[in-house]
Amino acid sequence: MLNERFPILSGKGVTKIFGLGRQKTVAVDHVDFNFYAGEIISIVGESGSGKTTLAKMLLGLISHTEGDIFYHEKKRDISSQKKKQEYWKGIQAIFQDPFSSYNIFNKIDSVLLDCIYMRGGRGLPHAKKVELMTEACSFVNLKFEELTNKYPFELSGGQMQRLMIARIFLLKPKILLADEPTSMIDASSRATILDYLLKLRSETGMTTIFITHDIGLAYYVSDTVYIMERGKFVEHGSADEVILTPRNEYTKRLISDVPKIYEEWDLSTV
Amino acid sequence: MAKVMLEVRELTTKYITRFREDVYAVDHVSLKVEEGKSLGIAGESGCGKSTLALSLMGYYFPPLHYTSGEIIIDGHTISGMNADDVRRSILGKEIAYIPQAAMNALNPTQKIIHFIEDVIQAHNPKTTKKEIYELARERFELLGLPASVLQRYPVELSGGMKQRTVIAVSVILGPKVLIADEPSSALDVTSQKMVIKMLRDLMEKGIIKSMIFITHELPLLYNVTDDIMVMYAGQIVEKAGAHKAVFDPLHPYSKGLMGSIIVPEQGLRNVKLTAIPGVPPNLKKPPSGCRFAERCQYAKPECKAISIGMRDVGEGRTYRCIFTEQELREVYKNA
Amino acid sequence: MKHTIQQVFRSGKFVFGFAIFAAVLLIVIFYPLIITDGPLSIIGQGTFFPPGIYVNVYDSMSSTVYTLNLDDAAAKRIASKLNEDDRLALKEWLMAAGVSEAEIDTTDTQKLLDLWVNNYDSKKSIPGMTNAKRNYYVRLNTALKGLMATEGVTVSQFNLQTQTLEEVDAVEQSDFVNITEVANMRVLPLGTDNFGRDVLTELVAATAVSLKIGFVAGIIATLIGLTLGLLGGYVGGIVDDIIMFITNLFIVIPSFVLLILISFSIGQEQRGAVTIAVVIGFTSWVWTARAVRSQVISLRNRDHVNLSKLSGHSLVHIILSDILPYIASYVIMALILQISSGILAEASLSILGLGPRTTEVPTLGLMMNWAMIYQAQILGKWWAYLPVLVTIALITFSMNLMNTGLDQVFNPALRD
Repeated sequence: MLNERFPILSGKGVTKIFGLGRQKTVAVDHVDFNFYAGEIISIVGESGSGKTTLAKMLLGLISHTEGDIFYHEKKRDISSQKKKQEYWKGIQAIFQDPFSSYNIFNKIDSVLLDCIYMRGGRGLPHAKKVELMTEACSFVNLKFEELTNKYPFELSGGQMQRLMIARIFLLKPKILLADEPTSMIDASSRATILDYLLKLRSETGMTTIFITHDIGLAYYVSDTVYIMERGKFVEHGSADEVILTPRNEYTKRLISDVPKIYEEWDLSTV
Repeated sequence: MAKVMLEVRELTTKYITRFREDVYAVDHVSLKVEEGKSLGIAGESGCGKSTLALSLMGYYFPPLHYTSGEIIIDGHTISGMNADDVRRSILGKEIAYIPQAAMNALNPTQKIIHFIEDVIQAHNPKTTKKEIYELARERFELLGLPASVLQRYPVELSGGMKQRTVIAVSVILGPKVLIADEPSSALDVTSQKMVIKMLRDLMEKGIIKSMIFITHELPLLYNVTDDIMVMYAGQIVEKAGAHKAVFDPLHPYSKGLMGSIIVPEQGLRNVKLTAIPGVPPNLKKPPSGCRFAERCQYAKPECKAISIGMRDVGEGRTYRCIFTEQELREVYKNA
Repeated sequence: MKHTIQQVFRSGKFVFGFAIFAAVLLIVIFYPLIITDGPLSIIGQGTFFPPGIYVNVYDSMSSTVYTLNLDDAAAKRIASKLNEDDRLALKEWLMAAGVSEAEIDTTDTQKLLDLWVNNYDSKKSIPGMTNAKRNYYVRLNTALKGLMATEGVTVSQFNLQTQTLEEVDAVEQSDFVNITEVANMRVLPLGTDNFGRDVLTELVAATAVSLKIGFVAGIIATLIGLTLGLLGGYVGGIVDDIIMFITNLFIVIPSFVLLILISFSIGQEQRGAVTIAVVIGFTSWVWTARAVRSQVISLRNRDHVNLSKLSGHSLVHIILSDILPYIASYVIMALILQISSGILAEASLSILGLGPRTTEVPTLGLMMNWAMIYQAQILGKWWAYLPVLVTIALITFSMNLMNTGLDQVFNPALRD
């Protein structure tokens, strides 16, 4: 298996249609993709391109209308709550807004405890649980002693997002789907979050899928880039290929419209 | 030396919270913008850059309160003026402000032209509808907006178009200073580019005399403004020409901020991003010494004890640090 | 939790509303402990005794007599008998007889009577006066003479053996009794109603029953609305469609009409206070269901719910721990409104005569109904209906005030 490139998550003709009749909107329109194990993949699209809908389908939070999703090269089966729970041991997510990712009524401990339970650690002695949580927190440079018995609103946005990474550290999924993980975070904390994500990924070798509108971020972190426009993938390939030598008109426009600092940003093309 | 359009001296404004606590979001800020120049303000959320934008208008409403300092627009001091007078004679004519969600300011039940009539007649009640239409059409065409937009309702326009329309309307009286607070951050990249082009056109065609542009997106700032000012915890920590500020920042905070820029350009994949650990201080009780000291890897014990002033290194460049330029360059080289 | 409660009590509106409500509640709890009479016991023979202190006449006579010589006693006595119409009639006659208007002051009883005694002559003919009117003046004059008499009254007892009246006591005009020495007296602060029942005692009991109806109805309505709203909003799909279909059905049929039909079909015998409360509860959950559903739909797409799903939590767990706490404040506000509208619904039903059974318990609505049937509002017997109205208004006002206060605390957009 080692060094062998196989698609851990792939899709054929995956489609999501919302509504019926005249109110029908096609959010994701027959997309094909192969996300290879161990790679970092970015799905880049502007708002309304359907990237978040696709992400939810990949996570199994909403069902797809048409097409097939394959997990470990087998057709994904999440028809029951049990099978879903099994699937979610393999795929996890970090969401855009750390402030809405937490249940504000639960203490921080419960977020981490849930992860331990999910990995079958319900019967562990209390000391062992604390040890696991402490380890996860220290991975993202947080101190568990300072966080325990606190509520999410007592943390800053950056700290919350780091705790989300600690959660992934405990869960050790095969695939991590990061939906705009840094877009709500300040520039100075962004580097920190990316650092931890990349460190976690290099330690666990998990496949990481970034969903983002920031083409610069996609270029910076990923091996493979998929460009999405109005529910369709218009171009994909290695990051260097897609960003430096785009072939599709939409990709070209997207890249030329992003402000640059080293090259001249041509304002005459609008 | 060109004429100074906007001068701000030691401006301090504060928020009073529900619990009667004072939050000094803008603390002794001084700046100058000359005719034909634009100034960019960069900083993290909560550093006071948007509050500065609001404060510059001289029109305060709770919970924001004016404390001290002077705002001078083209030789006229507006700070300390009666709020109603400011609204009547300064806003729109002398200084215009575009907030982030400006496009939502359009009344959905009114045509754009009606909105413009309101704006102009509030200042010059005698103007006829025909004159207004002619003026608006001329101005819209000059800025590359189709004149047909004037007869439309806001819902018929796209987000980018609405934003550009609001900008065009807010400068219709030809203000001397335009304050744009994240005017493009809610838009997709193509619309963002159009908004930026429009702001540039406004300056080049002399419709506005000077501009203050506020954003947290540094590549954008670099491409729009002549000078960049970096704010941290309510204070200015560095001011320099755009190129110098981005490629050769002096203050450790600016250094960190510029080191976190990501752009899709060749060779930037392998650059290590700078991370600034920690969180900004609570502005209810700001630290007495350097406000960045807590997060600064070069900080010395005295940084936390004594208040640090601005250092002027010439060519319009200033920064707030205990170290001299020489010392800073030395520590950066060794890092 | 503690913090939230502190926040709530910092809101002036809430505290004011809460104070009114607590006062009503305290009165309802403690009044029956002090005044132990049954709320529906009939004490008065006759209808609509006005509010006041009722002193037993028989006991007064057997009490110690004190003589107080008060100058204005006679005038006051006459004044209390001489009503406004009579005074105007006197003035009319005097003016017709040639007394100048400036001299006549109808508010000064003593002077008016002096003028009358000096000027009245039954034989004097006033032009244009009818015979009936003339007779009226004669009667009035006789009555006034009686009033102006200075003798006392003799109290006699009928002696069965001698078949004669024997004088037992005499009551002089200057005789007084000390009210504390009179064995029997009763304060009726709000008088009596049409059946001769003490309105205040009845009102307190009615408030208690109405509050109970409001609470039961409110809790039932909120529970149904909450359950359906949560299910429809969170589960979505076909479950939501069915729930929304039922909800919409209830919305198109005005709930009050439904309420009337159900109460009517239950029949007079079965309509107890609790039954009515349950019926009100079952017809008023609709808006709570809709409001909860829309809140849940917006919550359903929040990331913390997605994350909870990804953590493998079950549907029940997610609804109870990730959805319910977020809408709890909203539900409490809805509950308060449901309680106050439950009280109003009972009142409206009872006015129509479809309220709880009439012989056992009073309710605010029933009191209104009785007052209306016996035409208290036409006869000007304000004490039979006004206190009831004020009580209903106070309860709903205090609850709405609490609601607004809570809204300010929970809804950041309304904070100043």
